[in-house]
Parts: sequence; structure tokens; C-alpha cells
Amino acid sequence: MKIRSMLLAAAAAAVLATTPLSAKTLRYANQGDLKSLDPYTLNETTTNAHLGNVYEGLTRRGKDLAIMPGLAERWETPEPTRWRFHLRKGVKFAGGEDFTADDVIFSADRVRAQGSNFQTRVPKDAKFVKVDDHTVDVILSSPNPILHSQWDTWYIMSKKWAEANNAAAPTPASATTPSHASLNANGTGPFRIESHQPGVKTVFKPNAGWWGKPEHNLTEVIFTPIASDATRVAALLSGEVDIIEPVPIQDIQRVNSGGNVQVLTGPELRTIFLGFDQVRDELLESNVKGKNPFKDQRVREAFYKAIDIETIKTRVMRGLSTPSALMIAPELFAFSKDFTRPKFDPDGAKKLLADAGYPNGFEVGMDCPNDRYVNDGPICQAVVGMLARVGIKVNLNAQPKAQYFAKVLKAGGYKTSFYLLGWTPGTFDSHNVLNDILGCRDNPNSSRGESNLGGYCNKKLDELTDKVLGETDTAKRNAMIKEAFQIAYDEYGYIPLHQQALAWGTSKSIKVAQRADNSILLHWITKD
Amino acid sequence: MLAFILRRLLQSALVLLSVALIAFAMFRFVGDPVNQLVSLDTPADQVRQIRQSLGLDDPVLVQFGRYVMNALRFDFGISYQFRQPVTALLAERAPATLELALVSALFSLVVGIPMGVYTALRRDGVLARLFQAVSLVGVSLPTFLIGILLIYLFAVQLGWLPSFGRGETVKLAGGWTTGLLTVSGLKALILPAVTLGLFQMTLIMRLVRAEMLEVLRTDYIRFARARGLTTRAVHFGHALKNTLVPVITIAGLQLGSIIAFAIITETVFQWPGMGVLFLKAVQNVDIPIMAAYLVMISGLFVIINLAVDLLYAAVDPRLRVTLKGA
Repeated sequence: MKIRSMLLAAAAAAVLATTPLSAKTLRYANQGDLKSLDPYTLNETTTNAHLGNVYEGLTRRGKDLAIMPGLAERWETPEPTRWRFHLRKGVKFAGGEDFTADDVIFSADRVRAQGSNFQTRVPKDAKFVKVDDHTVDVILSSPNPILHSQWDTWYIMSKKWAEANNAAAPTPASATTPSHASLNANGTGPFRIESHQPGVKTVFKPNAGWWGKPEHNLTEVIFTPIASDATRVAALLSGEVDIIEPVPIQDIQRVNSGGNVQVLTGPELRTIFLGFDQVRDELLESNVKGKNPFKDQRVREAFYKAIDIETIKTRVMRGLSTPSALMIAPELFAFSKDFTRPKFDPDGAKKLLADAGYPNGFEVGMDCPNDRYVNDGPICQAVVGMLARVGIKVNLNAQPKAQYFAKVLKAGGYKTSFYLLGWTPGTFDSHNVLNDILGCRDNPNSSRGESNLGGYCNKKLDELTDKVLGETDTAKRNAMIKEAFQIAYDEYGYIPLHQQALAWGTSKSIKVAQRADNSILLHWITKD
Repeated sequence: MLAFILRRLLQSALVLLSVALIAFAMFRFVGDPVNQLVSLDTPADQVRQIRQSLGLDDPVLVQFGRYVMNALRFDFGISYQFRQPVTALLAERAPATLELALVSALFSLVVGIPMGVYTALRRDGVLARLFQAVSLVGVSLPTFLIGILLIYLFAVQLGWLPSFGRGETVKLAGGWTTGLLTVSGLKALILPAVTLGLFQMTLIMRLVRAEMLEVLRTDYIRFARARGLTTRAVHFGHALKNTLVPVITIAGLQLGSIIAFAIITETVFQWPGMGVLFLKAVQNVDIPIMAAYLVMISGLFVIINLAVDLLYAAVDPRLRVTLKGA
């Protein structure tokens, strides 16, 4: 016993002597917690990014968000309804299990099971067929050219590990006992989780057996959530952490003048927009009785033209926003440049309102979250002031997201007349915006338009949306998407405002790839 | 006496039950928990399923009854956000909060009492006036501002102390984690403990000062002086001893509020205690955590008050008589 421990000590000393002495520990603080480690529990950017260090999908997305091979080396579609995935060989999970087709089939069942928050990642009726240990066929009931677009965050779990630990089903919200998978992780990714105290601290270590070539030089990562903005910035300035997300925009200048630290900013994919209730015959919160002014296109146009987007950009967002004419970020749609916002024109807006029968304007309630998007509350206040100048009296109801979403979403009965919302298409593809935000919600049996809180509706646009889903030719597909966006643009269905910017604070000794979906991936971080 | 204790216990149970009921009624206004559990593009059918599986569709009274029955077995359910038992989460966070509260209470006593005595004895001294001014700041500045100022000065500008967290912790028997045994843990404790204890410290200082001034005017102090006792014996042996009874009462009662109001300090310093857990739970409509925390805090106050009542009865013979009569 004694000899053995001495040998161990000697071996440890030898290892210490041979590895370079500079242990590279990255200390990372984010506003949000890492709650559950179960990769199917919460579909949220920060959580997905954390778990993306540990778990991997069949595909990956590069620094520019382009789809790349992940656990699948390559794939092809021999028929429009059959996809064949060739899995990477020789891959092991951190726990030592071999990665095979069985794990993919298991994960496909698990991700679609009750309690999973990622059920839409894999179509309900898609059949997974094992061809051999490293080949899987996916058979669809209808063609879907973007089947794999979200599979970079559909993380593959080990069947053996999950079954051995009684975690074969996802941890549902109503679970009465904690699941092994929510406190432990076993992925194939570049890192593994050394320890995890939910909401307090999580320690990542590089996964020595990873199949890829590491692009990072870290030996340890300590993640701490710091919810308070001031404290998070102070921790960066005092050098206690190396990277923080987000930096509040009012602190950016201060951080940049701090010497050893800097702020990395860039456009984010989320589009912030205003929507109108166009379904009810009388608005819930307005002094106009007996009719709904937002059903009149001239009123929507007047609202659009009354908003001075440049002032919102310079004053409210301090330059950190990209005004948008479309409901999707330019990075995600090739023809975005063909659309420009109508000019800010308060006099034209007044005239339009007069033509529509409201020469003295009217009164309307507005719903707005105040802790969800960058400066969401102040944006709404600015909008209130701008609309007041054309005679519209807006009664602003800005509240925390918990109350806001309870009121305006489908579950709350879409109880809003005029609102602000932000949207990132989960698939990074226009179809998601056309279907979820711009699609009619008049069919109660369809999930189309469920997040179209105001119920904007155009049947022609819906037809195009359906065609877009099945079209496999990229050029034709893009042309149809453009046509669909043009309809909503011409009818002033929504008022797109801008894409907000992302702001990460880092120590200058850190190099990091800033991806536009706001994912901080440890794999692309190096430290001097 | 026994009847008194029994009646107080019964009252305490009623207080706890009504706190639970009021809390439960309030939860209906904090928002919809299901929206915090799913992403915005989750199909409505799935949302409905989750709501049903959590029992949120049942009438409020049914939900409340279920909650009380489980709470009686110390089962507060599973946190919506963490998918872990609330009891385990609170137990894991309790050591951080209790250590912080105890150290700040200690700080407020150890610093507050001497400052109070000094300002009472040297009423016109420069230092006494300075203490008075500082105490005014402590009473009037809100905790979060003091915390941020301390962070700015000692963490960002001077770099002496950490701005957040608890440092390295050591696991003791019974799952208790302590930061008192490591250098980084002790360093991390200083700023939050001062922030949390500053208000109590100034309160105690002002209380001691006022009591001292009162006592120093009394006849027995004059007699003690006349007997030729040393100033030290008069001040500390006679005067201070008699001021301490109300001070101890206040300090005891304040311990409860230190624990309860650690929420703000914990948030400013990202101290991994129960307060941060509670605040996050409010933001995310994590009803099981909120309910358990509120019941726990009210239980704490009930216990402290009960203990104080019983101590009074033990100390003050006059009270004992009235109790017997009742």
C-alpha cells in the first residue's frame, strides 16, 4: 500500500515536471446560471453553449455559423425523404463508452420523449434506421431540406450510460426525484465537467480522449454565474475573471478604458420588433371602440413612419444596434440588402392617421418586457415618446419577463394590443420566421403562427411558406422566401426595429471567437 | 408555564400556515412558471402538458392543500429550474448564508458596542463625532450601494479583496461547507460581512450610546463615583453591564432579519447562499423554492420570538406572575 502510494506520488511528480508549468485556467462569468446538465431540459442559448463544450451533435456550426460535420463525418440524401448519416469512427464518450449508431437512435427517441424541451429538433414521424454500427438512415414522411439545421444543439447521449444510470428518459419539469443526467454529463465533446454545483460553480476540464484537434490551450475552466451587472463588471476589471457576458452597454466605455480589459461587440442574430393585434374586432386596451385601428394598413404604416430608428440606435442603444427592415438578421438571409426601412416621416404619419379617420390620434396600451432584451424598457419608452408626437397616446406596461410572457403568449390568450418582442430563428433559417411569426394562426389544429402574438395573416404568404419547406433548390427557395418577406414588408405586418449587439468583456490575454449566436465556446478560447 | 408554551406553539403554527397561504396567493401574480421552463418556440400542446403535469391547472385550494401536506413531511417539492429537491438545494446553500449572517452579527457587536461606549463617554471628542457621522451613513445608505462602493474601492481600485463569491470552501462532516478555514474564504467574507453588518453595527452603536447616556445619569453611578471606584469600574462594571440587556434583545431579534435580508448583499456579492437562490427563484417563477424559503424564514422569526418570550419570562419575575394568572 505504502509503496503504491509512493509510486503514485512519483508518477504524479513526473507528470507535473513534464507538463508545461503554465496551467491555463480560464475564469468565466455569465449573467445566467447553468441549471440542469441534462441536454434536453432547457432550450436556451447560454445553456446550449455550456453543454456544447461537453456534448456534440451529428453536425456542428463553425465560427461563421456554417454547418460542419460533427459526430457525423458526412451525410447525403439519396432520396428527398431519406437522409443517410455516416458516423465518425473511433469516438468515445468521456465515460469510455464507444459511440455508435445505437446512441444516435437512442438520442432520437429521448429527445422526442415527454419532458424534453427539444421535441421539435427531430420530426415526430421521422424513423431512424440502423444500417450498420456507423451508418444511420433517417426516413421522413415529407422532404425537409433543413432537417439538420438545428442538429448542432441536438446533443448525442450515450445509450449505455443513460440506461445504466436510470436516465433513459429526459428529466421532466414535474420530476419528483432528481435525475442522474441533470447533475452529471457524459459527452463526446472537447471538455468534460469535473464538478457542478447548480447556480454556484461549474468546473470544466479538457477531455483528453477527444477525437478532434484542440484549438484551445486551456487546462481548466471555472464558470460562475454573476447575476448583478455591477459585480460582474467589477470582477472583470479587478482581474478575478477573464471573460464575462454580457457587458451592460452603459459600461462598455468604462471597460474599454480599463487597460487590461476590452469589450468585444458584434451583431447578434436576434431581431427586436413591434407587433399589433390584428385579430380582435376591438382592441383590448384602446379608446377606439367598435373597431380595431390596426386592421387598417394605413395606421400600421403611420406607426412605422413615426418611429425614428436612428435616435433609438444612437440614444438608447449607444450605437450598438443594426436597424433592420426585415424580421430576420442579414446574416441569415442572403437578400436582406434588397430591403430598406421606409424613411422616418412624422408628418406623413400624421397624414396617414388623418386619412384613416384618426386626425387626433387615439389611445392604445403597449406591452413590453423590461428584463429580457438589451435595454428593452428604454426602447419602449422611446417609442412612446415618438408616437406621442404624431398624436398617439401609448399607455406603456413594461414588466418583468415572467409577467410579460404570461400575459402576451398563447397560454395567456394573446392579451395584448401592441407589444415589443425579440426573435432568433432557432433553425437559423427564414422558414422559422415565416411560419412562427408571420404565419396565420387561424387554424387551431396547426402550430403555425403560435408566436405571432398579433395574428398578422396573409394566405399567400402561408402558401409560400409551405413551398419553402419542401423546396430543395437553394436559388428557388431564396426567391420564394424573398417574395414572402416582401408581402409582410408591403403590408406593414410588423415594425422590425433592429438587431441588438452582443457585448463580451474579456481580459486582453484572452483570444476568443465571437459567434453571432452569442455562444461562448471554450473550444475557441486561448489564453496567453 | 406549560400552557403558555403550548399556546405560543399553536399560535406559531397558525402564523406559519397563514404565511404559506398569503405566499401561495401571491404566487398567482408573479407570472407563469411554465413560460420560464420552455423556450418561446415550444408548441402550445407541450406547454399545456407541462402545466398539467405540474398540477397548475388544479384549483388554488387543492394546490395549497397538497403543498401543506407535503410541507408537513418537510417535502417542499422539486425546483422548477434546477430539477432538484428544494430541501436539498436550501440545505446546500444554508451554510453560506448562516456563516455570513453570524460573522456580520459578530462584527456588528464587536465593533458597535465599543464605538457606542466611546461616543457616550467622550461626547464632544473629534473621534466620537466622526463615529456619529459614520453611523449616520450606515443607517441611511442602502445596502446595495455600500456593497458596490466597497467592491469598487477594495476589489477594483486596490485589488486587496475579491469582488464576488465565497473563495475556497472546505467540506466538513454532515455536508456543511465552510469558508472560514481557508485564506481565500476569509478574504471573500470580509466585504459582504461588513456590508451586511454595517446597518446593525450603527444601530447597536446608537443604542449603546443612548442607553449609556441614560445610565450614566442615574443615582447608582453617582454613588459608585462617590465610593471612589475607578472610572473604569464605573463605566464598564456598572454602566455597560446595565445597558446590555436591551442590546442583547435587539441583537438577537436582528439576527433573524440579518438572515432574511441577506438577499441583497448576497446578490451584490454573488454569495452562493439562500438569498441569491430566492431572488433567482422570484425572477424565474420557481414557486417551490419561493414557498419553501418564505416558510423557512417565517419559521425562523417565530422561533426567535418564541425564544425571546421564554427568556423574558425566565429573566423577569413580574412577567412570570402575569403568565401564571393567564
